[in-house]
Formats: sequence, C-alpha cells, structure tokens
Amino acid sequence: MITLLNNIELEEIRDDFPVLNQHVHGQHLIYFDNAATSQKPRQVIDAITDYYQRYNANVHRGIHALAERATREYELARQKVARFIHAESPEQIIFTSGATAGINLVAQSWARTNLRPGDEILLTWMEHHSNTVPWYQVAAQTGAVITRIELNADGILAVPEIGPRTKLVAVTHASNVLGTINPVRELADAAHKVGAVILVDGAQSLPHLPIDVQALDCDFLVFSGHKMLGPTGSGALYGKRHLLEAMPPFLGGGEMIREVTPTGFTCNDLPYKFEAGTPAIAEAIGLGAAVDYLQRIGMEKIRRHEIEITQYAMDRLCEFVEVIIYGPLKAEQRSGLVAFTFSDIHPHDLATFFDQHGIAIRAGHHCAMPLHKKLRLAATARASFYLYNTRDEIDTFIAALAAAKKFFGACPTGRALGF
Amino acid sequence: MGISLPGGVTLCYLPANMLEELYQEIILDHYRRPRNKGKAVPTDVAYKEYNPLCGDEIEITAHLADGKIAEIKFDGHGCSISQASASIMTQQLQGKTVAEARALIERLQLMMRGEIPFGGREMGDLKALEGVLKFPVRVKCCTLAWHAAYEGLKKGV
Repeated sequence: MITLLNNIELEEIRDDFPVLNQHVHGQHLIYFDNAATSQKPRQVIDAITDYYQRYNANVHRGIHALAERATREYELARQKVARFIHAESPEQIIFTSGATAGINLVAQSWARTNLRPGDEILLTWMEHHSNTVPWYQVAAQTGAVITRIELNADGILAVPEIGPRTKLVAVTHASNVLGTINPVRELADAAHKVGAVILVDGAQSLPHLPIDVQALDCDFLVFSGHKMLGPTGSGALYGKRHLLEAMPPFLGGGEMIREVTPTGFTCNDLPYKFEAGTPAIAEAIGLGAAVDYLQRIGMEKIRRHEIEITQYAMDRLCEFVEVIIYGPLKAEQRSGLVAFTFSDIHPHDLATFFDQHGIAIRAGHHCAMPLHKKLRLAATARASFYLYNTRDEIDTFIAALAAAKKFFGACPTGRALGF
Repeated sequence: MGISLPGGVTLCYLPANMLEELYQEIILDHYRRPRNKGKAVPTDVAYKEYNPLCGDEIEITAHLADGKIAEIKFDGHGCSISQASASIMTQQLQGKTVAEARALIERLQLMMRGEIPFGGREMGDLKALEGVLKFPVRVKCCTLAWHAAYEGLKKGV
C-alpha cells in the first residue's frame, strides 16, 4: 500500500537538503520554484564530491585504477537511469546536458534526416520553448510544417485524429505552466497508427511521476537531471533501439567513433555514438545518486505527497476571489505546480513581495510564450512543489498572499503597512 | 511586529522597509494612475521594446516640434515598476530638446547601473526609482521604457 509521507519522514527528507535550512531576508526559506530547478540532497552533493576527491579520471580510455572506477560508476549511473524509466537496455540511455540537448539531438539527427517538405511536426500549445524552437529550426531546414493540438478550456489536450502527413509528435508529458499531465500513451498509439514517431518531453514529469517508457510506448523521451534532485548539466535521451541505430551521429568528436581514417570515420556503438567528447562524468554520477534517492522514497509516494499538497495549495488559493488558476483544478490531473494570477497585481510584483518573505516562486512566461499568447496573458506567477514541501509552507505562502493583497490593493497610495 | 492571520499563522513584517523602498507611494501612484498613456499623434518617434524575461512590452511614441519633444506617450503592459518608470519618464522628457532628453536618459541609465549616484530632491518623481537599485533583478523593468525612448529618439519612426 502506498501511504503519504508522514511528518517524521518529511523532516528526515528536509534534513537531507542543506539549502533548505537557511533564512532569506530574515525569514525561513520556502522554496516553491522546483519546476525551474530542484534542490539537491547531501547524497547527490556527496556523490559528486566523492568523484572529484577520490577517483576523478576520464572514462572509457585510461588503463589505470581511477579510470576504471570512473568508468564503472559512470556506466552504473546509466543502468540506474535505465531501470528508473524501465528502458529495455542501458544502451538506449544517451547522457545529455538536459532535456534541451536531447530534443536538439533528435531534431538534428532523426528529424533532419527523415522529414521532407510538407511533412507535419505536431506540437501542443503548452510546449516549453525547448520543445518548440528546435522544431522551428528543423522545419526551416527541411520544409516540414508545424501544427498544434488544440487545448480545451480547462487546459487539457483535445486529443485529435493524427493525420497521415504527421511524421513526428513532440509533446510534453506534463506542462510547466498548466501542470496538465498529457495522455502520452493515447498520443503514442495515434501517432504509431499513421507511422509517426513520438518524442516525449519528460522534464516536468520524470521528477514527479513513476515513468515506464515501455508502457508509454514512446519512441523518444528526454529529461533534465537538475529538476529531479540531480546536478545541472545532467540528463538523458531515451530512444527505441531501431531508431537510435538508424540515426546519424549528432556531434562529432572523440568517443563517438570506432575508427578515424585520413578521410573518414565509422561510428561507435550505442550509446557512445551520441556521446562525443568527454562526457559530464560527475554530473552523470550525481544523477545516478538522485535516482537512488528518489527510488528509496518511492515515486508513488512522492506522487501522492505532491497531489496532496498541490490540491491543498489550489484549495487555499481559491479562497481569494482575485485568484485565477490556470489548468485543471484536480491535482490528480496535474503535476505539482500551480500557475495563477491575482487580480491586476503583476506576477513580478507578487514574486518580489514573496521573495521579501523568504518565499521563492517564479513569475513570467516560464519559457512558454506561445501558451501565454494563447491565454492572452503577459505573465503568470507559479508555485511549484516537490517532495520536501509541506502544508505549513503553503499556509505561510497563503498568508503572504493575503498580505500582498493588502499591500498592493487595499491602499493605492502605497502606505499599506499599517501593521 | 506582525500580523495574525486565520489558521494561527503569524507573518513577521521585518522586510516591510525594503518593500516600502521599492514600492514607494510615488511608484504605486504612477502605476495606478499612469500619466501620458496612449499614443502621441502625429507620431514622429515610435519604438517598441520587450523584456523577453517577463513578457513586458512598452511602446514609446513622441511628437516632435522645433527640435523639442512636444508630446511623449507610452503604451503596453508590465509590472508596477516598468509602468511607473515609463509614466515618470514621459513627464520628465516632455518639453525637452532631443539632446537634453538623450542626456537625461543616459544619466538615468548610469544611475541605475550604480555608476553615478542618484540625485537629490531636485530630481522630482525620478528620485522614487532609486529604491529599485536594491533589487537588481528589477532594474531591467525600470530601464525598459528609457531604453525604448533612447532608441526611438535615435531612429525616429
């Protein structure tokens, strides 16, 4: 049975994150910007330090003890990631610097090779710029056309019939603004029916939901390590073997070759074919430690906890008539974040106000300008949660929002601070 | 010091001074009752500026007569700092020659970079922008309109 995190577990988790134990502007830090990047537990920080202090060496080359250990740990991290997402084999995990790099790899290797003028790349309105701009670039290179799946009023995808001109569906698993969790399996089935491939942007889902790439039947999945307790500059691309094998390499250099002659080269096997140059070794090892940490607690349990606090946050936000929440109102339908606006208070002013109370939120368009245009919004405020956030923190956040209302709203002259 | 809210939560108000410095009365007044909002006609100067970080958007338009800024207006949307700063700027630039206007903008930009000190009371409402200096991430909000005006005056329509 999967239970919620109890208070003792939560306290133990919070103790693992040194950064949470500090004051910001004289207040206890409340970190609600997890969709931008998560904090890192000691276990991850220690794994990185350990590599640099005890076995720093390049991988796959040196014939010495340190290089052997570095190679072993690096490849162990790959195995951990493969198991975490239920990949068929570790060779299908290509380490990248993050989701953006993974998408660009697929765009420049798979899409550039396979798309013809008039072919359609099907996106959604809720894509992050990282799952938008690489496709604009490929469309310009190949003559392919961008189309988008429409949104229902509640921020849920209207799952369409996918037409025969569609060659690629690139969709986020969970929106970084609306929070919406998209029906990836349904989309994959529809895509495969017309012979299209599907790329899933897991940047906002992998940190928060149990993921099984085989159950989702996605052809490619990308994610960023730094949003799931791992270091910046870590991440991976998963791909189906037959696709990865047929794809030309993306970056050329060391490691990705089997042989270089005076006039040409032959490619290395998977996954090295796509890992040119010295990889981010410490980052991959740190990512492996992050996966260990998440699995020790259990993704189901993390998910339950996030549903609970996200629903609580939405319910409390709804106490204000001035608040508009974007996306589905049921926490089960979204990942652990809430984007909202508060009457005519600009999100930037809200974010500054919160910051002065030690609460870190994000304000802006969250790298999703087409979505904000569609919603006719310049910006939204976003609070995003993770396993270490608590109901008490949400109470403080709501209290600060009440104070912001008073500060910006009740006294237009600005002399708001009568207390 | 503090405010008690339902649920037994007490908010401590230590940061109030910082917030008051940023959101001075003058700033909030310009934000709520912006001066010179709209479009200057005839339009001799027009320049649009975006802040890609936050989606703020400001368009400056001006009518020039005899080498002077006869009318200058701003339009667009943004946070209180960007809107108030634009509103204050239009008041300050009205009636100035183009050369005077550009000199004032350059001075403001240097002040906002902390390269020269802020002036005193003689600066009028401009003085209220000094509080932004303590919030480095908000400096760009403040200078958006000024940048647009500078580029616009350089370019014309």
